[in-house]
Amino acid sequence: MPKTLFEKIWDAHVVSHPPNSPAVLYIDLHLIHEVTSPQAFTELRQRGIKARRPLQTIATMDHSTPTTPRGADGLIPVTDAMAVTQLKTLVDNCHEHGIPVFELGTEKQGIVHVIGPELGLTQPGMTIVCGDSHTSTHGAFGALAFGIGTSEVAHVLATQTLLQNKPKTYEIRVDGQLQEGVTAKDIILAVIANIGIGGGTGHVFEYTGRAIRSLSMEARMTICNMSIEGGARAGLIAPDETTFNYIQGRPHAPQGADWDKAVAYWRTLPSDEGATYDKQLILDANTLAPMITYGTNPGMGMSITERVPDPKHVSDNSQKMALDKALAYMDLQPGQPLLGHKVDVVFIGSCTNSRISDLRLAAQMIKGHRVAEGVRMLVVPGSQTVKRQAEAEGLHKVFMEAGAEWREAGCSMCIAMNGDQLQPGQYAVSTSNRNFEGRQGRGGRTFLASPLTAVASAINGVVTDPRTMVAERAFEVAPV
Amino acid sequence: MEPLKPFSASLVPLPIENIDTDQIIPARYLKVTDKNSLAEGCFTDWRQDPEFVLNNPRYQNGHILVAGHNFGCGSSREHAPWALKAYGFQAVISTYFADIFRNNSLKNGLLPIIVDAETHQALLDLAEEAPEAEVHIDLASQTVTLPNGQKASFPIDPFSKTCLLEGIDELGYLMKQTPEIEAFEASHPPRVQTVLAGR
Repeated sequence: MPKTLFEKIWDAHVVSHPPNSPAVLYIDLHLIHEVTSPQAFTELRQRGIKARRPLQTIATMDHSTPTTPRGADGLIPVTDAMAVTQLKTLVDNCHEHGIPVFELGTEKQGIVHVIGPELGLTQPGMTIVCGDSHTSTHGAFGALAFGIGTSEVAHVLATQTLLQNKPKTYEIRVDGQLQEGVTAKDIILAVIANIGIGGGTGHVFEYTGRAIRSLSMEARMTICNMSIEGGARAGLIAPDETTFNYIQGRPHAPQGADWDKAVAYWRTLPSDEGATYDKQLILDANTLAPMITYGTNPGMGMSITERVPDPKHVSDNSQKMALDKALAYMDLQPGQPLLGHKVDVVFIGSCTNSRISDLRLAAQMIKGHRVAEGVRMLVVPGSQTVKRQAEAEGLHKVFMEAGAEWREAGCSMCIAMNGDQLQPGQYAVSTSNRNFEGRQGRGGRTFLASPLTAVASAINGVVTDPRTMVAERAFEVAPV
Repeated sequence: MEPLKPFSASLVPLPIENIDTDQIIPARYLKVTDKNSLAEGCFTDWRQDPEFVLNNPRYQNGHILVAGHNFGCGSSREHAPWALKAYGFQAVISTYFADIFRNNSLKNGLLPIIVDAETHQALLDLAEEAPEAEVHIDLASQTVTLPNGQKASFPIDPFSKTCLLEGIDELGYLMKQTPEIEAFEASHPPRVQTVLAGR
């Protein structure tokens, strides 16, 4: 029987499947960070258990870490006492269990979903988990990758397995080709606006179609990253030459004969001809415009030229209440356009859009312009590796000359638990993944958009359609 | 984990859809390294509004939250069920839950109860008309019983049900799978190692 990519990976990882219970699924790679792991290590300690496979585990620091520039001693200063304790707890736990840990400011540290791929740890056909819902990012390589809770972090540390009920499959086919000024971020925002924030619940997405196939690996990661915002725990893209080219030569990539063997296996993974999915959505990339969110969840999105919807036209009561509440929080009126709306902060960063290709695109857009008076723009690279690369290319100078802040690597204003945050009432255009109430700081209001839209808005100080600016600039950005 | 016994409690209506875990427990409360200090952070930003249901004296004794669909979406933080439990909730009722929140809740004895739209509305009406009225939750028979005797059944996978009823913890169960895990590892060398030997 023909199988989907997901089914092939699932079947290859079932350790056992006792009757009346979920499958015991083997986990190839476990990523951990400071925020969702301490209670899991406590659980192990209370039971006298050691990590089963410390070298299939990697730890980094990203969520609660400051992104402020280094001090004279070359170190990134951490001033929040609770963050200090949390970071020290991670180091102590990793040392106790023999788990490699990338400490703050060291060579390979960065956002957990940026470092896995850039080190070549993320590979097709693997199962990857992390106590973070954006683990779906790694699905871009044709890996089954999903977020877990802290109890499950303990399960994986102790047994390298998880108890899992098999999810259903959902094909999201994007035909056609993106138009100038429209990016992978706009595809995924359009998908979520289409199916709603709960539309993929109980399912694993597989993104297919010409528009997906023609994307770079980093653009594919942007798409898979936000699968969870459509309710799906995981989102996959079949591995192909683009995938293999990205992985080859990275530190943890297979080498020599192992490489050939790995690629031969990876080529067997794409969904078989005739494989079927439980659900399907088809979009046409040719018709997509830059997207922006107006509300307080990522499903409340629209084309940038559209107007804020009117709760009066919503029949479902709970949906109407949610929209009323969202517009009140955002201080927006039904029927209002977002184009021209004032912007206080622009945030370029997060596991959605902080990779080198995102920064190149943003730099090319802003070069020769200035951030508008009164607007604060932060550029936060996803990892120390991305930061070094950007600096080698001089991108940091482009940003700083334009009046933007160039920061250290981390999650930063996406989750706003490290001091990088909006003030109450401020509006931000953010390249991150969540516009929930208070997500970027209590009382802060978020418009989610692509890096192009974010930079165009920073330059003009108001929400701007990037297509009005890209036309006059010769865009030549090498795909990654 | 303690076995989950049948219980009766009154309701707290919160019929907004897509309530995300950032609202249940904002990120600034996630710098803790334990599970027990999260009651203060539970819905803390929404509680700043005097009109919010948790500030309404009529619902001070409610221990079952009745929320709009897709409750618990967004971040995977298990701090969300920890916070709800610490605040005093024993169950959440909705028409459906986000996957990760549901899994996390089941592992902490916070019962995620899925009901059809009609029952959901009946429960919201009950909470509105008689805030002190209690509903009875019986996991063994998978039923919610309203004061008027009306019963609604709810689904739960048999494994989670057994774990909750008997107080079995999943980690203990998984540890017993060690022979199967060892056999799997013997025939499946690691696909990747996070430390590179000899390179």
